[in-house]
Amino acid sequence: MTKIVAVTGNEAVANAFRQIEPDVCAAYPITPQTELMQRFASFVSNGQVKTELILVESEHSAMSACIGAAAAGGRVATATSSQGLALMWETLFIASGFRLPIVMPVVNRALSSPINIHCDHSDAMGARDSGWIQLWSENAQEAYDNTIQAFRIAEDMDIRLPVMVCYDGFIISHSIERIEYFDDEIVKKFVGEYKPLYPLLDIENPKSFGPLILTDLYHEVRKAHSEVYKNVPKVVLKVAKDFEKISGRKYGLFESYMLEDAEIGIVILNSAAGTTKDVIDDYRNKGVKVGLLKPRLFRPFPYAEIGNALKHLKALCVLDRADAFGGSFGPLYLDVAASLCNFDQKPILINRIYGLGGRDYMPEHAAGVIEELRKIAKTGKVKSLKEYIGVRE
Amino acid sequence: MATPLNLKELSKKEIRFTAGHRLCAGCAAPTVVKMILLAACDYPVIAASSTGCLEVSSCISTFTAWKIPWIHNAFENAAATLSGVQTMYKALKKQGKIDKDIKFIAICGDGGTYDIGFQSLSGAMERGHDMLYVCYDNGAYMNTGIQRSGATPTYADTTTCPAGAVIPGKPQQRKDLTRIMAVHGLPYVAQASPSHWPDLMKKVRKAIETPGPKFINIFTPCNRGWRSRTDDAIMLSRLAVETCFWPLYEVENGVTRVTVKPKEKKPIIDFLKAQGRFKHLFEPGREKMIEQIQDIIDKNWERLLKEEEMTLPKEEGNK
Amino acid sequence: MMGWKEIPPGMVILEPGSALKVKTGSWRAAYRPRWIEENCIQCLLCWLYCPDNSVKVKDGKREDFDFDYCKGCGICALECPGKKGNKAIVMEEEVK
Repeated sequence: MTKIVAVTGNEAVANAFRQIEPDVCAAYPITPQTELMQRFASFVSNGQVKTELILVESEHSAMSACIGAAAAGGRVATATSSQGLALMWETLFIASGFRLPIVMPVVNRALSSPINIHCDHSDAMGARDSGWIQLWSENAQEAYDNTIQAFRIAEDMDIRLPVMVCYDGFIISHSIERIEYFDDEIVKKFVGEYKPLYPLLDIENPKSFGPLILTDLYHEVRKAHSEVYKNVPKVVLKVAKDFEKISGRKYGLFESYMLEDAEIGIVILNSAAGTTKDVIDDYRNKGVKVGLLKPRLFRPFPYAEIGNALKHLKALCVLDRADAFGGSFGPLYLDVAASLCNFDQKPILINRIYGLGGRDYMPEHAAGVIEELRKIAKTGKVKSLKEYIGVRE
Repeated sequence: MATPLNLKELSKKEIRFTAGHRLCAGCAAPTVVKMILLAACDYPVIAASSTGCLEVSSCISTFTAWKIPWIHNAFENAAATLSGVQTMYKALKKQGKIDKDIKFIAICGDGGTYDIGFQSLSGAMERGHDMLYVCYDNGAYMNTGIQRSGATPTYADTTTCPAGAVIPGKPQQRKDLTRIMAVHGLPYVAQASPSHWPDLMKKVRKAIETPGPKFINIFTPCNRGWRSRTDDAIMLSRLAVETCFWPLYEVENGVTRVTVKPKEKKPIIDFLKAQGRFKHLFEPGREKMIEQIQDIIDKNWERLLKEEEMTLPKEEGNK
Repeated sequence: MMGWKEIPPGMVILEPGSALKVKTGSWRAAYRPRWIEENCIQCLLCWLYCPDNSVKVKDGKREDFDFDYCKGCGICALECPGKKGNKAIVMEEEVK
């Protein structure tokens, strides 16, 4: 049974939290995440969930308390955005290093300076190598669905890793959309009973978390850790398959849109994929063979699958909603380029930076990129490898 | 029945912090940990430590000195981390998944407490978690090589405020963290010293048996950092108490009690001269500096006695 | 030493008190304590103050040192009250 409602992205994710009832949530307010935890706090205050809230004095403490609570041996969640995620940065690595299955929606927002409260992806991109699994969500439905799946993925005994569920600040977090909610019981059954691994609260079997590891062992510990990520894609697909059974909605490692027979393509994350698909529809109607790839599992990056899905194209634009200052290209571009670099046949790649600090991404921006790709495909000539679009001169 | 706090009975209890740790010879920290865990011997304990000497020396590679569940997260977040562990305990107890009465104790150095971990500590205490936070205060960042901290005493020579021709060691006064914690309005705050172990253990026991957030600051000599002898940790702790450099007191629900009053208050010079970190103060022309230190100690001691007089109920009187 | 395949998830240490395998007695450089039983009043202060749990006690009674872990700091000797001014612990030159 499902219920169709019109709610904001934050409200949908807060409702997923209500249905899952983590044992402990630690949270600190930050726009645009705040609404999520506010709504969840009211579920706690009204006795609708059994969750214990820890209302900490910073995001650093939010993640620290989550690490303590998860190591103790129960289900844990938090949420954040932007500066909050940046402040957590140090402890993100500890959460993954400890293999703690913490779930954290990241409501994407630009980083300071200058301070800005609106959407871009520089927050989550800055944490992309912290060892957290990242699931990205185009709309409120995906944010809700990904949140529910995130607990199952994080807690899978083959991986035991923390998961970020990314969705766009304001564009998704604060816009009202049509959502299909599951009945509470369906969600509870899907997520299942929490199974602890090495709980600190098991006082009969004392464990020590967080030893000092020096040159004689650190390299081995990191190799062992690196190997775990190889198991993630199959767990994500297994959970997606189970999720399809209860929802009818298909999830994979990424979404391909009109990609199979395409000659040119776009890779783009999150809400802007929706706009781009609309524009692709217009071009398809005009007979232009253009397609799109929207990564869902961005970390670990399924490079073999993504390389295979894109290698047949003639020209490809990766659109990044974050710049990598002083680096060569945007973060998404770098992973896509690396996925393609060893194929003999591969598209010509360009990188476009769009939508920073909440700048609107309009259909004409997508159209501009497609026009450029058509030229590149025809002539093989590239004017500029990396460029900002939608920017005033 | 509670185990009596005498050594004969306590020696029959398991020491839940084993030998084989790599703290320096003569370090007072393991003795302090031993005393804390013995005072808590009637309860299961879960501990947390911030990054620091105790942490790196007690749990390295596959070797842990802890016989209780223990967690080290990072430098500045032991209080927040333990608040998470304690909250999970509360959640699972409420759900009927745990029935034992477990005590939660953070044991962290002064760098991780006075300085980088202060926000995390203050927040955890304000939130009222049922946990005890113990600072083992050795007055500097000893693990990284004796850098000054907020706990470093005035004019002490450290590697980041070395005693030089112009600047004679740390120019500032140390942060009075015990008082700052008392002002948080916690049900129990105390200062203790391993030289006065019955007082220390009584305080730890009182703290763990008091519901809510508690803080104890424990004087913990470091012979490497203080440039003293490897055998003098307890002797220096005793001198710190007898000179009133480190008064032993508790603040229980707003009532201040000085728990040990030296029969004869010794001059601070006795404490200073035993430590290489104050050696430069004994050079000619620097007599005034020792007077200044004495002055700080006298004022703080007077203030503490006044505070006791003001807060102690009449029927308890002055001891 | 462990290979990477043997690393436990999260590098969590599952064996409490495994530090006992590290015999820190080898750190002793110049001095080692000697217990003089006839001067011992069984106050057990050495047991309490020892940073390395190197004073063995059985049924509330002191026994000899555990030299596997003693680092030779000398706290026990300095703090020993002894009997009538005669110490029950003295530091002597280490013999290797």
